[in-house]
Amino acid sequence: MPTRGGLEKKPTQAVVNGSVPAQRRTSQLPRNSIMGNFRDDEQDFGNMPELSDEALRPIRPDDQLKLTEAELNEEHTRILTTRNPQAAENIVRYSYKDRMYKPIPHIDQLAIHFQLDGNLILRDSDEGRRQIARDGGEYSIDDDEEEEEDIQTTVTATEIDEDAAAKEGDEDEEEKSQKPSATVSRTKKLTNQFNFSERASQTYNNPCRDRETFVEQTPRATFSDNVSQWAIFDAYNEDYDLQQKAKEKEQKKTLTKKDEEKKKKFVAVDLSGDDMAKYARSKAASVSLKIIERMINQNTFDEIAQDFKYWEDAADEYREQEGSLLPLWNFQYDLTKKLSCTHLTWNSQYSDMFAVAFGSYDFLKQAHGIILIFSLKNPSFPEYIYQTESGVMCLDFHHTHSNLLCCGFYDGSVAVYNVADDTKRPKYQSSARNGKHTDPVWQVRWQKDDLDANFNFYSVSSDGRVVCWTIVKSDLMYHDIVQLKLEQPVEEPEEAVPLTTLGCGTCFDFNKQQDYLFIVGTEEGKIHKCSKSYNNQFLDTFDAHHMAVYAVRWNCFHPKIFISCSADWTVKIWDINYKIPLFVYDLGSAVGDVAWAPYSSTVFAACTADGKIFVFDLNVNKYEALTEQIVVQKKRTKLTHIAFNQKHPVLLAGDDRGNVTSLKLSPNLRKKPKVKKGQDINEGPEAESVKLDKILALIRDPDDAKSKAVPSQQQIGTTPLSATS
Amino acid sequence: MSTTVPSTQQIEVEETIKRIQTHKGVHGFVIVSNDGSFVRSTIDNSTTMSLTGLIRTLSDKAKSCVRDLDPQNDLTFFRIRTKKQEILVAPDKDYLTIVLQANEQH
Repeated sequence: MPTRGGLEKKPTQAVVNGSVPAQRRTSQLPRNSIMGNFRDDEQDFGNMPELSDEALRPIRPDDQLKLTEAELNEEHTRILTTRNPQAAENIVRYSYKDRMYKPIPHIDQLAIHFQLDGNLILRDSDEGRRQIARDGGEYSIDDDEEEEEDIQTTVTATEIDEDAAAKEGDEDEEEKSQKPSATVSRTKKLTNQFNFSERASQTYNNPCRDRETFVEQTPRATFSDNVSQWAIFDAYNEDYDLQQKAKEKEQKKTLTKKDEEKKKKFVAVDLSGDDMAKYARSKAASVSLKIIERMINQNTFDEIAQDFKYWEDAADEYREQEGSLLPLWNFQYDLTKKLSCTHLTWNSQYSDMFAVAFGSYDFLKQAHGIILIFSLKNPSFPEYIYQTESGVMCLDFHHTHSNLLCCGFYDGSVAVYNVADDTKRPKYQSSARNGKHTDPVWQVRWQKDDLDANFNFYSVSSDGRVVCWTIVKSDLMYHDIVQLKLEQPVEEPEEAVPLTTLGCGTCFDFNKQQDYLFIVGTEEGKIHKCSKSYNNQFLDTFDAHHMAVYAVRWNCFHPKIFISCSADWTVKIWDINYKIPLFVYDLGSAVGDVAWAPYSSTVFAACTADGKIFVFDLNVNKYEALTEQIVVQKKRTKLTHIAFNQKHPVLLAGDDRGNVTSLKLSPNLRKKPKVKKGQDINEGPEAESVKLDKILALIRDPDDAKSKAVPSQQQIGTTPLSATS
Repeated sequence: MSTTVPSTQQIEVEETIKRIQTHKGVHGFVIVSNDGSFVRSTIDNSTTMSLTGLIRTLSDKAKSCVRDLDPQNDLTFFRIRTKKQEILVAPDKDYLTIVLQANEQH
């Protein structure tokens, strides 16, 4: 082959192995060899060297760079450096020390073109040994196999290829036989690629079926409740009560068993009935009903209630010597319209409760009687009503057991009611056998329990007897205390049998300080001073009035002073030691009743038959009344009784038309004496009696000063002693 | 139907109710038991029902308030004074009594 052709070989010709020699590329040929042949003309192939082989003729690509000869002959030097042209040249890093960006001094010029991580481990290294141990000496066994194979091959090496196949089969068999023994020790299972099959089996799955049943739902109800402190308290209280009852039942089991059974039977019958009946039987319900009624009344009589509590007559400041009475509630009842009020008394325990006795003063018109017990809290209807066959003339509440009410009747009997009882019958009643009076009982009064702790009360009647009644074991026993004998005329006919006629007692009162001492007023106008101890004789007698004495009252504070009023239009104040009254007041009409005020020893009130009430205060005005006021609504109504309330400044007045009016006392009537500065404020009974004494001392007749001065001095001297005795 | 003779307490209660109903200014009077049945009412049914329902909740609340402050205490009575009338309520262990009364004109 010509060298030129070899030199002019085209770059695109493939290099064929073997026979065709490697042809050098055009760019690898030295330049000069070709330059001489080519010219600058693009398509100029004219100066092409003659080529024997057309395939070897160089073809110029269309996009080859065309350069001039001079440019072609230019020598370009190429320098190979280790500098990486891709590497950055101006990497800067922030230097905290210099607080500025500084270029990195040396920039890495290493460029990695290709990287491949291999996973070959040296057999003798740690990791290699570890892996060998893990794989269970596989390689060691392989080594053994190899050794055996080697042995066998060396053994069979001498033989000809004929046995090679058989040997190979033996080898295979041996290999295979070795394999089962080997697999036991191998952890990894070697699966035969050719006839290995995995077989799985599945058990038969029973078909599943859902079955549901519904049950009829039990009826449900939502229950909710609130628990609070008081609910817990109530529950504990109930539990405690049950326990107490259980204890009591155990104690009384044998004795009252029969009674309980009987009671149970009654209760069972009662429980039948409609809602209304059940309501009516419920005690708590009746209490709340009562409260409602009172509240309704309070609403209706709101103004009066406010007045009762707060009204003070401002005009009293401008009139020192006068006072007034403000009418408050009016108490009425249907059945008493034709009866007259015969007595008024306040309850000792409840300051808003009072009892009114209704009867008739008319001798000819005698009818039934009523006792009404009112409360100020309910002015429209009485709390308790007791109807009696005969007119009630008087009544009295017991001072400690305020549920006991004793009363005297026009027919002479006395009775004791227990207000707390449901029944309307009196607890005790005197009868004709039992010492009943033969004439109307005008006054009754409870006394302190006697030595046997029995209740006892006194009554005075027109038959001239003062009787003490004692309640002994549910029986009423009587005992005459005094017989009001009339004074015997001095001259007695010798033949006549001396008769002791009895006067008619109309009223009496017991001394507050000395219980045994009492005074009795009579129809003849006399007042007798008596003692419980002396039956036959009076201690003293006063010719008090010309007509019947309607009321006698001891002063609440002063032990010696009492007041009396009479149908002869007068009110007289007495000292027990003197026959002559200290004060006499003429009121212009028959005086039905007189009463001392409980808050002052110098204040008293009187009511007359022309419907007026007079209030006096001896401390302010000894001769005239502070108040003279008509309190009845209709003319020609007589006032029969008055009573002061212990707690409130209220006065009750009963008239003969069955009405009871309540009145409020104005401040002037309730005055307490002014205390001089520097003096000790001496309130209480002693001060009151001292106050009265001063007044009395003023009015004593100066002529009798000698005779009376000594006793009066004694009186004043002994007053404090007697008050405390 | 009760064949037993009404006790005195029953008679008194009946009389008291009569008095309350005829008292001056009283519009209506309702007694309800705790389980909701009416014992007595002088107002038409629908008004009674609404009245009792509302008053009962108020009464329970007031009672709870009083007793929470002191379990030994208990509510006896309360009034609601409105422009048109005054409602008086007396709650009880088993019953609730309500009275409507007109306001007193001064």
